[in-house]
Amino acid sequence: MKILKLIFANALRHKLRTSLTVIGIAIAVIAFGVLRTVVTVWDSSVDAAAANRLITRQAVSFIFPLPYAYKEKILNVDGVKNVSFANWFGGVYKDKNNFFARLCVDAETIFDVMQEFLITPEELANFKKERNACVIGQDIATQYNIKVGDQMVLEGDIFPGRWEFVVRGIYKPKNKNTDDTQMLFHWTYVDERMKVESPTRAGNVGWYIVLINDANKAAEISEGIDAIFKNSSAETKTETEKAFTQGFVSASGAIITAMNFMSFVIIGIIMLVLANTMIMAARERTREYAVLKTLGFSAFHLVGLILGESLVIALIGGGVGITLTYPIVAGFEQAMPKGFFPFFFIEPITTIIAMSAAILIGILASIFPIQRALKTNIVDGFRFVG
Amino acid sequence: MASLITVQNVSKSYWREKIEIPVLNNITINVEQGEFLALMGPSGSGKTTLLNLIAGIDKPSNGNIIVNGTDISSLGESALAKWRANNVGFIFQFYNLIPVLSAFENVELPLLLTKLSKAQRKKQVETALTLVGLGDRMHHSPKQLSGGQEQRVAIARAIVTDPVLLVADEPTGDLDRHSAEEILTLMERLNKEYQKTIIMVTHDPHAAERAKLVKHLEKGDLVGA
Repeated sequence: MKILKLIFANALRHKLRTSLTVIGIAIAVIAFGVLRTVVTVWDSSVDAAAANRLITRQAVSFIFPLPYAYKEKILNVDGVKNVSFANWFGGVYKDKNNFFARLCVDAETIFDVMQEFLITPEELANFKKERNACVIGQDIATQYNIKVGDQMVLEGDIFPGRWEFVVRGIYKPKNKNTDDTQMLFHWTYVDERMKVESPTRAGNVGWYIVLINDANKAAEISEGIDAIFKNSSAETKTETEKAFTQGFVSASGAIITAMNFMSFVIIGIIMLVLANTMIMAARERTREYAVLKTLGFSAFHLVGLILGESLVIALIGGGVGITLTYPIVAGFEQAMPKGFFPFFFIEPITTIIAMSAAILIGILASIFPIQRALKTNIVDGFRFVG
Repeated sequence: MASLITVQNVSKSYWREKIEIPVLNNITINVEQGEFLALMGPSGSGKTTLLNLIAGIDKPSNGNIIVNGTDISSLGESALAKWRANNVGFIFQFYNLIPVLSAFENVELPLLLTKLSKAQRKKQVETALTLVGLGDRMHHSPKQLSGGQEQRVAIARAIVTDPVLLVADEPTGDLDRHSAEEILTLMERLNKEYQKTIIMVTHDPHAAERAKLVKHLEKGDLVGA
């Protein structure tokens, strides 16, 4: 206990220096936590993809549509369990900064293939039977204070005009990384209006969502689907949902790699700051270490004292940093356009890595002072003038 | 009286940038149990080096040092550390107390290496501090004590493990005359009443007068031995 007291007393001997070091570590941990959260949130959209779902899109580019008529053909491919489809709607809800996905979907099948979107049978039935009904994710409902029965009006851009919807259901996310920031409404509602206002755009869907029986046969089924439409005017490219999502994420790959790299550079920098603090502290205590050695304290005790002090500072800094990371990440999310990230939370692994990094920094920063304290013999220690 | 310390043909040299600097030349000296020996000599004469060798905080280049039956010149670093903890009490010129610990905690430090219980440690620390006249200052930090009081805490720390040998390097060198007298009286008392063997390095002839035996060193040799 006395040794512990000595460790803490040593750590607090230079309060200003220790405070600045603790603040430095805390800031680094916060920066690490925020950067890692952005990176993991980005990656988690890939992780959230279901293994037994395929996405069929236009072979040339995602932005080109596919004929609605493909649905039945895809459904007839061996191994396909169900098929649904969606189309990116865009539009503005109240303010252009209110960002969330608005999709026209196949109301009959969408919740059969997207089983991580949890909706009550009653709400689903109401959604299916009303042409201008929509279902929104729980997060949207909370953010904009929307209840079942409320009206939502979108100003169309890809599909121009004023679009009125009635909320008939609010889906809940099955998993923590399930996107509950989507607004889903009837493709038929949009398509019928397109037939009147812009007939050339009618009868098209954005992409097909294909539910398969066996995830291990994804490649084979994908080839089967694409083979049907080969040499047609709208060839398809089918891939797993994970690969499809990965395609989006990899477009931002360089930024994510840079953020990843920076998060670890920050750890390296703060290690040097703590190492500097520990070197100064150990240098100032050269005579004290000589006294302790004289009294019979062993190398083991000195290692404990120096390593302990370094760990105390690193752990306090790490603890403060992690504690502050939560409100700061929450504030960061608030500062972003609403719905920019479908979900934004600190993964437990981020906290574990940050704390482990703090411990590792504490250990590494003490190596040089320990080496110096052990190498200096008692006589030289007493002669030392700091 | 039996010899507590036997120094046989001890030499010590230091190396500074490939140049050998001899500090002690073939020293032989015996110190009896219960002795109060003062080592005197000019700066650089080797008196502190001889004290360090006898106390086991430095090793001779040649020769043997036997203290209380143990040839300490043959002990490794770890064994020597344990030996020091059990056999030697140290009193330094600049007290060398740990500033973040109280007087009590400073005196308790050597006892943390023993298997004594907390209650036993408390009893021994209180006894030592009372003996040096600081029973009422146990929980003061070194900053709250005068130089003389700090040195008395250092003496309490030196005697708390009841070592056979006390070594003191210029124990009054940083004190005013009055405080120096108090420290010397205390050391004299430890020698006479508690039969502690004391070796004291000093420049001060007045301090040396308190010792039973005075030896002089000059340029690494014992003079008049």
